[in-house]
Amino acid sequence: MNRVNSWVTYLQVAPLSLVFLLFLVVPIVTIVVVSFFDYSTTQIIPAFLLQNYEELLLSPVTWQTYLQTLQFAVITWVLTLLIGFVIAYYLAFYVRSPTWQTVLFLVCTIPFWTSNIIRMISWIPFLGRNGLMNSALLQLGLIHEPLEFLLFSNFAVVLAYVHLYTLFMVVPIFNSMVRIDRSLLEAARDGGASGWQTLWNVILPLCKPGIAIGSIFVVTIVMGDFVTVRLMSGGQTASVGLMMMNAMSLLQYPAAAANAVVLLILVLLTVAVMMRLVDIRKEL
Amino acid sequence: MARKSNGGIGRRRMLKGAAGMAGAAVGSGAITGFPVIWAQNNKNIVLRQCGTGVSAINEIAEKCKADLGITLQMTALDSDAVVQRVVTQPNSFDIGDIEYWMIKKVFPANTLQAMDVKKIKLFDKIVPIFTTGKLKPDSVIAQGTAPSTVSFVEGAGSTKFAKGQTQWFTAVPTIYNADTLGIRPDLVGRKIDSWKDILDPKFKGKTSILNIPSIGIMDAAMICEAAGIVKYGDKGNMTKAEIDKTIEFLIKTKKEGQFRAFWKTFDESVNLMTSGEVVIQSMWSPAVSAVRGKGVPCTYQPLKEGYRAWGGGLALAKHLQGAQLDAAYDYINWYLSGWVGAFLNRQGYYSAVLDTAKANMTEDEWGFWMEGKPAKGDIKNPQGQVVEKAGAVRDGGSFYDRMGAVACWNAVMDEDRYMVQKWNQFIAA
Repeated sequence: MNRVNSWVTYLQVAPLSLVFLLFLVVPIVTIVVVSFFDYSTTQIIPAFLLQNYEELLLSPVTWQTYLQTLQFAVITWVLTLLIGFVIAYYLAFYVRSPTWQTVLFLVCTIPFWTSNIIRMISWIPFLGRNGLMNSALLQLGLIHEPLEFLLFSNFAVVLAYVHLYTLFMVVPIFNSMVRIDRSLLEAARDGGASGWQTLWNVILPLCKPGIAIGSIFVVTIVMGDFVTVRLMSGGQTASVGLMMMNAMSLLQYPAAAANAVVLLILVLLTVAVMMRLVDIRKEL
Repeated sequence: MARKSNGGIGRRRMLKGAAGMAGAAVGSGAITGFPVIWAQNNKNIVLRQCGTGVSAINEIAEKCKADLGITLQMTALDSDAVVQRVVTQPNSFDIGDIEYWMIKKVFPANTLQAMDVKKIKLFDKIVPIFTTGKLKPDSVIAQGTAPSTVSFVEGAGSTKFAKGQTQWFTAVPTIYNADTLGIRPDLVGRKIDSWKDILDPKFKGKTSILNIPSIGIMDAAMICEAAGIVKYGDKGNMTKAEIDKTIEFLIKTKKEGQFRAFWKTFDESVNLMTSGEVVIQSMWSPAVSAVRGKGVPCTYQPLKEGYRAWGGGLALAKHLQGAQLDAAYDYINWYLSGWVGAFLNRQGYYSAVLDTAKANMTEDEWGFWMEGKPAKGDIKNPQGQVVEKAGAVRDGGSFYDRMGAVACWNAVMDEDRYMVQKWNQFIAA
């Protein structure tokens, strides 16, 4: 009987395991294998070389680019967390009616019905030298020269990231917040806690799983991004994703694969640290 | 180079269907064992053409269907993606519309087959840039990957480029042109006549060059040479030391804030220019027309050091055979027969066989586009929109003035791998 049961269990997990094996494990193993290959202008040559990693890790450009990417990730993370938390807090605690909560929540997701790229590109005419922002500021007399840093700069990149990815913070944090038992808040108030104390000692700890999930989304997306960096920095700044993209476009797949492996390790470590700090399974 | 990347997805989706249809056609041909039947009936032939957006023009596909019965399925990709597809997915296309510098890179991968010049009816009429390499008998072959150096291979199945002319032609030229800097004559406020003018401190933060390493490095080389920073043996095939010096100079210039942005696609260059973000930049000819089309003045400025030229051609996939191969030759012969040539010339490009194109254009059109004469009436593009008013003269003048002043062809270098690493450094710096 037991034996049959265990077979049934294996059968039940088989489809998902197969899917993971085929579409996750196999590709990643391939990438790792290819990262040791040699290449020429037109072909990839099976080999076991460390040259791709050497060229990657010994180049100061790689380190600069990784630092730049990490910097983008950290700044974006802080900003999306702050904004996302405030929005989620407002939705969960200020909006009383569940109907309005749902409506406002849907309003937050509306921008997601349009393409990511469109939302990004629409910033370009807005922020340009002769764009809406600069014309408005000039006409108000606040500035005398157009602000050049608004577009094709790191500022523009971070702005686009925050605009694009804040929702990834809002959703899981909001989800955590609505699950908080309201009697805990009453108890806190009865116990004499101020609003800030309740927020800091009750709400925030209970939101940790949501924050962690949102953070994983935002950090991993930003670390792997290349489109936003390319469009918003006007090619002035590089990111790890862009480096890979450049290598791939010249058929230098092994070099790109080596870079992908390094990035994967870095992102996995980051996620592992987050999981260490917060048990997100509580949320699931 | 996604010079025109609109509708890429639509085309790609069409391609999927086309692949199935082509597969069915080939398959049924194989079963009956009479592929000859197809040659007499091009209606059932589907040719899948993949290439850079420049010559993936729907009107050409429609006209081809009407004239020959061949269904042409076009996929427009950027140049890097074309190289990738030709090398890694040789069965996904029948005709590669590729640029000459790519030919040097992809032909050795043995996924394309050389054409028999005897089957190309107008072969002798093809502009000699692509055969002897000399526009006029006394011309000097420019630096870089000059088309004539990769136009012929040694034998039918060979992938080795021949020194002189042979019977085996790698690609039939489609479109070629001479590139230079585009300027906003209303905003530059001075005379521009050299590549080095892009370095003028007056234009700080208002210039751009393109971020496609293989072409960007050439524009950079034209600039560096004009400014006397680097002296090159061959700009199209730099030594490591020359690459180092060029990139070092670019990084320094970038850090000083000379560049506003680095563009990668056609539309980006148009937007940079129309919005006034930049006033002088590397540009492609149709981008200049697009800027003018929006009512913004833009000049494709001839420069004293000469042009950077590029060209593309149709190459046949290795797997083509029997009826499909015959249809591909029909298509190529049709391509050179004049209608397409006139169409391309009206876009400001140049076509491979001039005589037949001329026969399909009005005298005024030919005079304006090819001879550098002032337009007598309004000049229209192939879609019928007026692009130049009567009296206008083409920037740079006649075909011979422009193509005769080519300093360098787009190229792929022996130190390609090193160059790309250095280029990445420049972009990351």
